[in-house]
Amino acid sequence: MSEILSFNHVTFSYAPEEGGRNAVEDVTFAVQQGEWIAVVGHNGSGKSTLAKLMSGLLFPQQGEVRFKHDVLTEENIWDIRSNIGIVFQNPDNQFVGTTVQDDVAFSLENNGVPYEEMVKRVQEALQQVKMEKFLNHEPHHLSGGQKQRVAIAGALAMQPQMLILDEATSMLDPQGRAEVLKTVQILREKIGLTVLSITHDLEEAMLADRILFMNEGKKFAQGTPAEIFALGDQLVEFGLDLPFAMKMTKLLQAQGVQLAGKHMTEEELVNDIWTSNFNK
Amino acid sequence: MMEKMIFGRFIPGDSFIHRLDPRSKLLFVLGFIIIVFLANNTITYALLLAFTFLVILVSRIRLYFLVNGLKPVLILMIFTFLLHLFFTQEGNLLWEWRFINIYEEGLRQGIYISVRFLVLVFMTTVLTLTTSPISITDGLETLLDPFKKVKLPVHELALMMSIALRFIPTLMDETDKIMKAQMARGSDLSAGSLSQRLKAVVPLLVPLFVSAFKRAEDLATAMEVRGYRGGEGRTRYRQLKWDLEDTVALLSLVVLAGVLIYFRQ
Repeated sequence: MSEILSFNHVTFSYAPEEGGRNAVEDVTFAVQQGEWIAVVGHNGSGKSTLAKLMSGLLFPQQGEVRFKHDVLTEENIWDIRSNIGIVFQNPDNQFVGTTVQDDVAFSLENNGVPYEEMVKRVQEALQQVKMEKFLNHEPHHLSGGQKQRVAIAGALAMQPQMLILDEATSMLDPQGRAEVLKTVQILREKIGLTVLSITHDLEEAMLADRILFMNEGKKFAQGTPAEIFALGDQLVEFGLDLPFAMKMTKLLQAQGVQLAGKHMTEEELVNDIWTSNFNK
Repeated sequence: MMEKMIFGRFIPGDSFIHRLDPRSKLLFVLGFIIIVFLANNTITYALLLAFTFLVILVSRIRLYFLVNGLKPVLILMIFTFLLHLFFTQEGNLLWEWRFINIYEEGLRQGIYISVRFLVLVFMTTVLTLTTSPISITDGLETLLDPFKKVKLPVHELALMMSIALRFIPTLMDETDKIMKAQMARGSDLSAGSLSQRLKAVVPLLVPLFVSAFKRAEDLATAMEVRGYRGGEGRTRYRQLKWDLEDTVALLSLVVLAGVLIYFRQ
């Protein structure tokens, strides 16, 4: 495995002259090829600023952001952007085209891809997110989840090496959220896409291989989901909600039910509950 | 009222005219507007009218639908007709009653002007009814391409137009939501005097503007991240195709012009 994206002691402030608080302070981490990494943190923890630093919408005052081995600069940013796909929070505000296929083709048009190639890639990308039947639909006739899948297809059409989801599921209903996450999971299995998801939904973060926990612009903790959720009360303290299974375990334990703890999913919890009397 | 108004609306279909390239349709309408002014006697105006109805027939738009949708424009037309009827004082006196004098020339001019107005409105409406707004934008962008040389920002204008079109339904939904939210807070948008009603619109417009700006900012970010760098070096996904049919349509216009020149005085 090789490094695809890395932050090296990155510090960024929106108002450096006025001595404003650093939105991101001394953050160092690396994303490996093919990995799914989730960045969690409550509002104002700097996680959205991280996304802007990754896509070169902002440049750090200190430290450097590298894609593969190249430091992001004003000169190479357009090349790097064509290797990174980003899906943003609001499904409506990132839909540029008048129909589904126009929107998917938008980044291809920008990068001067020839027409025949575009048609092929638009088809392929829409098949990958299972939206190929909606080629001529207009955005206001699609659900939020469908729009986000189109946005993913728009990113995939560029055949990126990495997909960034910047709170891409936070404005969706539970069904739409499940739809989008399922799509991302399938893509990862099929084409080995590297995924970085910025989220405050811990259920979503649990799907990742690794979690980066941000608090007040600093990297607070990093580790596998199991390691991060073991922090328990500290997470709650920083305004994050525990996954349902873990909350349930805690409440049951408070009621005096003997449980081993460490339940990541509801299934694990249920299994533990119905077998808990066997060992006695 | 808004549902009935068809000026500028698009009705999907699959007629000969629907299938034409937007460029040929735009050129056709432009050419037609010029040709209309060739007519100057009864036979040429009759020919224009016949040609227009032929186009409507080919477009498979129901005439009743067209007339019904253009009622406000027709009222304007009748008004111009009456204006000409009463105020032209040439030729033989046809009818006299107290201070109203109707002359032969007045009647003729009234009818001519009305027919001219009618064919122009019908033709442009057929254009918008059979061509989706985005196709019109594409057609305009290609047709105006030569004007890039004189620094006309053709690509930017076309992109602005297509984004505006794409956001119309989104902003309509938003307006609806804000309206309901303000009504839930007790604001009454439909009662009171005109000034009261105008005042009630302010709490509707302010949130709408705020959110529109927010959307614009998000959209700009999304576009930049997806590699938008202006029109330079961009390829086009929407391809326009000029077929034999398009040439035929324009040729029919040339024939019409020829016939009109032959018959005009």
